[in-house]
Amino acid sequence: MADNKIDIQILSKPLSIDACYNFVLNEKCGGIDLFVGTVRRWNKGEEVTHLLFESYEAMAIKEMTKIAKTAIEKFGLESISMHHRVGQVDLEGIAVIIAAASKHRKAAFEACEYAIDTLKDDVPIWKKEFLKDGSYWVNSRP
Amino acid sequence: MKVLCFGVAKDIVGGAELNIEGQHAQNVSELKEYLNKTFPKFLEYKSYMVAVNQAYANDEISISDSDEIALIPPVSGG
Repeated sequence: MADNKIDIQILSKPLSIDACYNFVLNEKCGGIDLFVGTVRRWNKGEEVTHLLFESYEAMAIKEMTKIAKTAIEKFGLESISMHHRVGQVDLEGIAVIIAAASKHRKAAFEACEYAIDTLKDDVPIWKKEFLKDGSYWVNSRP
Repeated sequence: MKVLCFGVAKDIVGGAELNIEGQHAQNVSELKEYLNKTFPKFLEYKSYMVAVNQAYANDEISISDSDEIALIPPVSGG
């Protein structure tokens, strides 16, 4: 599969919506769906101050590439960009961006949802949630 | 055998890399058994996965010193 269809990055600096959008923008496409995951203040009634993301980078890139390839094959996407942040992300900061471009909107919507859902299930990235009174790894509370 | 640790696994073993001396595990299942015995805190958490050479590995997969082995607690990206 041509590399110009897939853009996977794990970055320790603020993510750019423009970068993802511009990567997938293409005259063959009539629709781009963008998912942007941001940091919210309240989680299950607890007040969050910031998040810290870490990744097993080499494997995370492999798993994200697998997701991107499947999204292209399964939904007939033209191109996809997936960027994930590592390091500290403050409230309203961007943790993840997925941009999916296709000829028509339905494939872009479906592929974008597939990509973020599968990323959350499979990609070795972890977030530590910092609360007013402590911190813990999400999904790993005893 | 060198084992990479992430997320809560890093906290449990006290570092990003764990060196296991001697022949304690020839497959993923034996590695988990060894870790649960050595660090009982693992038993308090939901199950974790093991990756061998950057791919998720079943319990039966054999492991050796030359493999890249990593402990993958429940992921939480996105």
